[in-house]
Amino acid sequence: MKRVNKNRIRKDPPVRPVRQDTRQTKTAGGNFVDKLNAYRDLHAHALFSSLGRLIASPFTSIMTIAVLAIAISLASGFYILVVNLQQLTGNLETSNQISLFLRDDVSDAHANKLAGSIRQNASVQDVKLITREQALAEFKTYSGFGGAINALEKNPLPIVIQVLPKNTLEDKQGLENLLKSFQQSPEVDIAQMDLQWVERLQSIMAVARLFATLLNVMLGGAVLFIIGNTIRLELHNRRDEVVIAKLVGATNAFIQRPFLYTGFWIGLISGVSAWFIVTTLMLILRKPVEKLSGLYEGGFHLLFLSFTETLSLIGISSGLGVLGSWVILIYQLQHTKPE
Amino acid sequence: MIKFVNVTKRYPETGDVLRNVSFHLQRGEIAFLTGHSGAGKSTLLRLIAAMERCSRGQIVLDEQELCHVKESQLPFIRRKMGFIYQDYKLLQDRTVFDNVALPLVIAGFGHHEIARRVRAALDKVSLSGKEKKYPLALSGGEQQRVGIARAVVNKPPIIIADEPTGNLDPELSEEIMFLFGQFQQVGVTVLIASHDISLITQLNHRVLKLDHGQLVSS
Repeated sequence: MKRVNKNRIRKDPPVRPVRQDTRQTKTAGGNFVDKLNAYRDLHAHALFSSLGRLIASPFTSIMTIAVLAIAISLASGFYILVVNLQQLTGNLETSNQISLFLRDDVSDAHANKLAGSIRQNASVQDVKLITREQALAEFKTYSGFGGAINALEKNPLPIVIQVLPKNTLEDKQGLENLLKSFQQSPEVDIAQMDLQWVERLQSIMAVARLFATLLNVMLGGAVLFIIGNTIRLELHNRRDEVVIAKLVGATNAFIQRPFLYTGFWIGLISGVSAWFIVTTLMLILRKPVEKLSGLYEGGFHLLFLSFTETLSLIGISSGLGVLGSWVILIYQLQHTKPE
Repeated sequence: MIKFVNVTKRYPETGDVLRNVSFHLQRGEIAFLTGHSGAGKSTLLRLIAAMERCSRGQIVLDEQELCHVKESQLPFIRRKMGFIYQDYKLLQDRTVFDNVALPLVIAGFGHHEIARRVRAALDKVSLSGKEKKYPLALSGGEQQRVGIARAVVNKPPIIIADEPTGNLDPELSEEIMFLFGQFQQVGVTVLIASHDISLITQLNHRVLKLDHGQLVSS
């Protein structure tokens, strides 16, 4: 208020034109446009003065915002983790591939013959044979354990036949019968349906998603409490001002306004800081993750917070800022009475 | 303008602080509220300011019943009154201008109108030219006059003063009382709580005297 009013004094000529004076005395509080402008000025003033107050006590503000930013970045970090994992299982979803791990004593030629006979099966669409050497070469390229593998005397990897069943075998029973028939053949050590893995992974994902949601709700609650407490302290520090404003007829809405804007700023700045934290962490993680993704034939790219997600992150944290302040103000203002 | 009808205020801890208080101040009337400390002066003022609700009876302010009015209406009732305090209750981190402007800002006046009225109010209490000063840079008498300017800037029909001369020397007190007399002349109802006997006897105004929560003379 200080600066605005000082400017007003400077701008105003000492004597108002007579015409304007008569116009303004027609209604008690000036005309409608004046009132509207006054209302806009009140909001603008509350918006900037609350920011000014935050800047005026930088240490306290930074401490509060740091705590909030960490809480919010934890929440959005978990969110983006789940989104990325979901992308992973999303890729696997369509695959109902069966992998046959052959016994050690089966030779390449024998495996080839077996693959040929499986291809004849009416319910099989495609078969792919991965020899020990191919598997080893692939592993060496991508795992980074090349040196260690070289030290081994014997190739530890089995021959694998990947069987892709026909799409007609959508139903579980048909797939399971096929799996059973493979399991019974003597050359096969382990027959595994990838779908089983997908299902397991998907239920793990469902748990992870639920966990992330619960965690976000909890962290959201923490943000509310932290902001509420900050505003409560601010209200306490400015108690004289609140009491005097009440005595000269301020409504609760008037008294609340600057505090709500304080909550808004804290939420907004914390949200933006959280975005920077999450994005920085993800930039650090990107290289190792993409190297790892190479091991899985590169279907995976790290997803960053999208534009909409960033907007919602900042929107939600600003919203929580306003909500946290509002709840505490409703409660506190009822209990703030002048002596 | 201010009408009390059999007003009783009871606190659970201390019992009746005011008992069956009745009086009526007309528009443009000026009156002193006096009594020993603990007689119920502050409680009576708090009831008028609508900071407390009465336990029994009726308080009517400018045709508005106070004891049962909705909480959300109270700010608008308070805007009809200007309050002046012994300790001035000024905001130390705001300029004189901003302190006086506060009731107008709250009432939603445009800034031209605010500047005009604040200047007029400061002129009335002879503080023109001190707009940009902070309260701490002013003397006690000047701070009290800032408080008075704030109380009258919104042109309220009622002025309530709680020991307005308590911290001032006799000369300044006289000056302040002169100001109140001026407001009375333009139709403002003024109620002054005070135990400054010499001041009260010197001015021949109506006196409401409280004793142990009861009005013993009016």
